[in-house]
Amino acid sequence: MDINTKKVTKNAYRITKQRYKTALRVRVPGGRLKAEYLEILQKIADEYGDGDLHLTTRQGFEITGIDMDKIDEVNAIIQPVIEGLEINQINPNTGYTAAGTRNICACIGNRVCPKAQYETSGFAKRIEQAIFPNDFHVKVALTGCPNDCIKVRMHDFGIIGMTLPQYDKQRCVSCGRCVEKCTKLSTGALTMENYKVTREHDKCIGCGECVLNCPTNAWTRNEEKFYRLAIMGRTGKKNPRLAEDFILWIDEDSIIKIIKNTYDYIGEYIDRSLPKEHIGYIVDRTGFIEYKKWALKDVELSPMAKVASNIYWGGIRY
Amino acid sequence: MKIEISKEDFNKSLHRLGDEYRIYAPVAMAYKGTFSDTDSIRYKEINTLDEIEFNLKSHFSPKEVILPITQVLFYFTEDQYKEPETEKKKLLVFLRACDIHAVKRMDQIYLENGQRDPYYQEVRDTVKFVLIGCEKSYRNCFCVSMGTNKTEDYSLGIKPVGDQVLLDIKDEELNAYFFGEEKDFEMNYVTSNDIKVLIPEPHQIAKDIAEAPLWREYDERCVACGKCNFVCSTCTCFRMQDIFYKDNENNGERRRVWASCQVDGYTDMAGGHSFRKRHGDRMRYKVLHKVYDYNKRFGYHMCVGCGRCDDACPQYISFSTCVNKLHDLGKEER
Repeated sequence: MDINTKKVTKNAYRITKQRYKTALRVRVPGGRLKAEYLEILQKIADEYGDGDLHLTTRQGFEITGIDMDKIDEVNAIIQPVIEGLEINQINPNTGYTAAGTRNICACIGNRVCPKAQYETSGFAKRIEQAIFPNDFHVKVALTGCPNDCIKVRMHDFGIIGMTLPQYDKQRCVSCGRCVEKCTKLSTGALTMENYKVTREHDKCIGCGECVLNCPTNAWTRNEEKFYRLAIMGRTGKKNPRLAEDFILWIDEDSIIKIIKNTYDYIGEYIDRSLPKEHIGYIVDRTGFIEYKKWALKDVELSPMAKVASNIYWGGIRY
Repeated sequence: MKIEISKEDFNKSLHRLGDEYRIYAPVAMAYKGTFSDTDSIRYKEINTLDEIEFNLKSHFSPKEVILPITQVLFYFTEDQYKEPETEKKKLLVFLRACDIHAVKRMDQIYLENGQRDPYYQEVRDTVKFVLIGCEKSYRNCFCVSMGTNKTEDYSLGIKPVGDQVLLDIKDEELNAYFFGEEKDFEMNYVTSNDIKVLIPEPHQIAKDIAEAPLWREYDERCVACGKCNFVCSTCTCFRMQDIFYKDNENNGERRRVWASCQVDGYTDMAGGHSFRKRHGDRMRYKVLHKVYDYNKRFGYHMCVGCGRCDDACPQYISFSTCVNKLHDLGKEER
């Protein structure tokens, strides 16, 4: 068999330990799909694979045990899934156009979860539309609230929902529930003074516990959506580490612009002697200040946004 | 007089009324709900018909219009005090039959239970009610069981039908504002709810009801947030707060603020005593007040069956289910 492995991997198929067998990674931006697509995945698994589906760590499916010479056939069968999930594609029936930029993960978000501040899957799809297909190795994840169930701090871009609580002191009955919840579950940003509540903005992480627990609707959410953007978290060999906060109280459009700008930065600075270089290591090499210059190009942040002046990542060093 | 009027003309009349009245109605306030991207339906000053949420039950009751959540009673400085200026405009409030019945309960407590409350009286004297008929019963409603599904006690009845508005004008004063063709119609009201509540007769409530095991499940389930009280259209408890201003503690104000018998602190007394520490005991206190004690004093039940307490409870505790359990217990013991 003569097959270009680079083309195989770019097409979202894996070179596996079992010679002549491959596995297809099906991306599901935002981790949500119509159940009907499972029928197609089952068909591929049963007829071309080993009958199994692996649930990937990035909320996709991996169909294992596919013969390498069946890639074209499988690409034709998977087409309705690619179209149905609105995955950008250059040519129909050729499967996935790239694999470097990984599936955009999201927690279940505010379609279901009471704690979430926004519809995570929808925002994930918007990001997917903006950055896929792309060969650069970038991982993005979105979580509805600072509980961070999807673990965005282990990603290059971690997006955490924030709400800006609004306080109507006329509606407040001084029950103290918000203060208690904020102190016990969150950061202790609320204090009671003269029977009314004061919020320390710099301590507030926008988790919304005050709103969730207010029995009189004295605490409500702002109509605007805000996010915490944490960057350059990673697992891996060299220096696994959690993402650090880059911008607090940032808006959706600015996040997308920053991620797109990051691709320009990668294009400029990536070490092309390596098969792939992960964005975080590029930032380590150029320094954060240079990255920040590129990332914020033409980004118009609202006055609410608070940008880190510098970032020093921690993590494990060997 | 019953008339038909176009929405446009109705809004013009509303505009004219606005010179004399502050007009309050249930409004679906976008993004203001407990969870993100949800509405909060509560009372708000309005200018046009379209702002009113006619199709859903409001999360909070209209009582907050008449009985403010926070009300300054007076400001004080050393040996003097002054009551705040009061609003000159009168009030027009859109509400449903159960809520009109609830106003009677508020009147009972604030006006006909010993000394009249002058703050309440002052507001109450200026209020006119606009009845929103109920086309259907909502989830958790049990107004029919409580006999509060219908009322004649309103100044204006409103029934929007497409681009037209049918009005039942009972208050002579309002005749001067609304001009339309006479048209006979009936206000909507519900005649049956999915939830039916049976209330035990006073003699069926055992003397040692406080000891009944029924209350114990609420010790664990209830989180004592007080939502059931704050959304209730008939709860009237308040607490007093004396505030001494930070910059000059010789000045300050005395406020009264809504209180909840479910929330910690309600029974706190001098010396640090407090009662009903178990949440189930608080539940018992509330339930028996709504369907037993109040009735014993005033001859009718306090609860009007709006079901907002059940709508609001984050722990899915159902007041109506509890009352029915109480009824079953009464039967058993006989």
